[in-house]
Amino acid sequence: MSRVTKFAGRDPGPAARVAGFLAHLRENGLKLGVAEADTALAALTHVNASNPSDAKRALRAICTGSKDETTQFDALFDSYWMDAGRVHSKVIPKSSTSTAQDNVHSSRDAQGEAGGGAGEATTPDGGDGEAESDGEGKLVATEVRNLMRKDLRELVRPEDIARAEDVARRLGAALRDKRSRRRIAALKGDRLNFRKTMRRSLATGGEPLTLIKKKRPDRARKIVVLCDVSGSMSVYAQVFLAFIAALLRNDPDADAYLFHTRLVRITGALRDKDPMRAIGRMSLMADGFGGGSRIGHCLARFSETYARKFVDGRSVVMILSDGYDTAEPDLMGTAMAKLRKRGCKTLWLNPLKGWRDYAPIAAGMAAALPHLDHFCAAGTLADLAALEQELAKL
Amino acid sequence: MTWTTLKTALADQSYVASDDLAMALHLALSLERPLLLEGAAGVGKTEVARVLAASRDTKLIRLQCYEGLDAAQAIYEWNYQRQLLTIRAAAEDGETGQSVEARIFSRDFLLERPLLAAITQEQRPVLLIDEIDRADEEFEAYLLEVLAEYQVTIPELGTINATTKPIVILTSNGTRDLSDALRRRCLYSYLDYPSRETELAILQARCPDVEAHLGAQIVGFVQKLRGEELEKVPGIAEMLDFAAALMGLGVADLTSDPAILQHTLTTLLKTQSDQAQVTTEVSQRLAGRAA
Repeated sequence: MSRVTKFAGRDPGPAARVAGFLAHLRENGLKLGVAEADTALAALTHVNASNPSDAKRALRAICTGSKDETTQFDALFDSYWMDAGRVHSKVIPKSSTSTAQDNVHSSRDAQGEAGGGAGEATTPDGGDGEAESDGEGKLVATEVRNLMRKDLRELVRPEDIARAEDVARRLGAALRDKRSRRRIAALKGDRLNFRKTMRRSLATGGEPLTLIKKKRPDRARKIVVLCDVSGSMSVYAQVFLAFIAALLRNDPDADAYLFHTRLVRITGALRDKDPMRAIGRMSLMADGFGGGSRIGHCLARFSETYARKFVDGRSVVMILSDGYDTAEPDLMGTAMAKLRKRGCKTLWLNPLKGWRDYAPIAAGMAAALPHLDHFCAAGTLADLAALEQELAKL
Repeated sequence: MTWTTLKTALADQSYVASDDLAMALHLALSLERPLLLEGAAGVGKTEVARVLAASRDTKLIRLQCYEGLDAAQAIYEWNYQRQLLTIRAAAEDGETGQSVEARIFSRDFLLERPLLAAITQEQRPVLLIDEIDRADEEFEAYLLEVLAEYQVTIPELGTINATTKPIVILTSNGTRDLSDALRRRCLYSYLDYPSRETELAILQARCPDVEAHLGAQIVGFVQKLRGEELEKVPGIAEMLDFAAALMGLGVADLTSDPAILQHTLTTLLKTQSDQAQVTTEVSQRLAGRAA
């Protein structure tokens, strides 16, 4: 028996079924507009639409736009069209609740009480959770994974983000790349801009009296932040998470990751319009927050996977970590060397460096040191703000 | 024309297209929409455009994108040197300013770059916009405009409308996320590394001299090699180089001479650490299993 879905008799016709299919895709997260429905119908007239595999291929070419969507598409197609002869009664779903997801409003008041965390973002306090039970300042890498989920919203408050945003904006502005290959018109520059000069010369009868130059414009660098949220770092988490949230809200190119015993990409979660909800989503992803640290392992994973796609010569990779690792130091050294090969600038912000008599004796930190462009202290928001001068030199 | 005839037409040019790709190409042709191809390096994205142009007996116009590509290199540019000389000569002849201006801003003084060239052909050309992800976002936005309207506006000359709509193929390696607007405008197909059967068909189409036994060994070996943890995974082009190298050396069986196999691996492994990783033992193990 054919696997093709049967449609109810009162069904309005093929066009409505295709529209229903697109609505089905939309509900499952594919970004499709009205124009796609039109194109899909037009496409089906060019193929043998009664052959399921032809129709599937045609619709796939139209409805998908990335590799992930391509893999997702097959199952979605089968669930709508190949429902093993079951009768599909409702073709077009009611315009539904799915749009509510991207709503800016949230039940929480903008300056709300929900934050509730203690302490100022600019000065790390005693913190709570595991670091406290270890006693103040006892920073030993722990191997246990803290499987208790921690709500990061307790750590970060909206006003902290507002303040961190200012710092993030200034840092982003300080990180400029001056090596662009493209030139734009300018009064002072190293080459002649013929196009503009010619146009201008017409006013003076073809004599190029004013010469317009062109120069290389400054470009924003892409900032990639990797933040350690293991137990030994949890006192600083408040500052760093506010900073990361602010950075991502400001800079559409920035990219962010958290790591403890695993590495998680949080860029998508943090792009939420509501800062507190973004932090809430991030805490769902950062399962295991405040547990042990496997920096070398996570950095190796980063350099082999995400870095290949998102890190290039115009990136600055910023690692926020104390460098206490439970894995062997070699792993960290090779991971950093590999990352560096992508042509990016590497920057390690270590909150412990601000301490008196600090020396990078932790074996992992020592192994990573030769591969860093910059190694500096940062534990508070003021420290991060002070980085501006240093970064401008990079 | 259906997508199967298109597939055969490509096969005549020794290009083995997957069913998905043939369908996407067929739709791009019949709906007159650009086609965006993504996939790892060396799976034949650029080759599709070349073969399509050859099979339709039309011109291939290629625009290689790079960082800093701007309108002057992609669309058009005035021939400034010639304009300057003409102005000078006209001044000596006593020609009036207006007639000089009309003359130096005419089509004769216009240097056509790929995008403008593509819309002014007599026969529908294939326009290949290679590695679009390397170009800046500004250029991507401009490209969208050209692809939507198929017209180019030159301030001094007016709007040039397309005489024929080119067949547009864009390729991307995913070094940067493309904008949703561009993705929406295009049809999409993702090219993966081919299956064993497809790759064998490609090898037979490209190197008909390779014997069936060796061919199966080569393809099996390369497929197994892709499963190893490599920095740079060998693509189809590398596989064909590998086959050509073995043919040139007169090898009839992969397992017969470990030393020669190890030397020919230079055609497949393109980084130092990959070469260090695939030692003689590893390559022998892979060759043994591939047989």
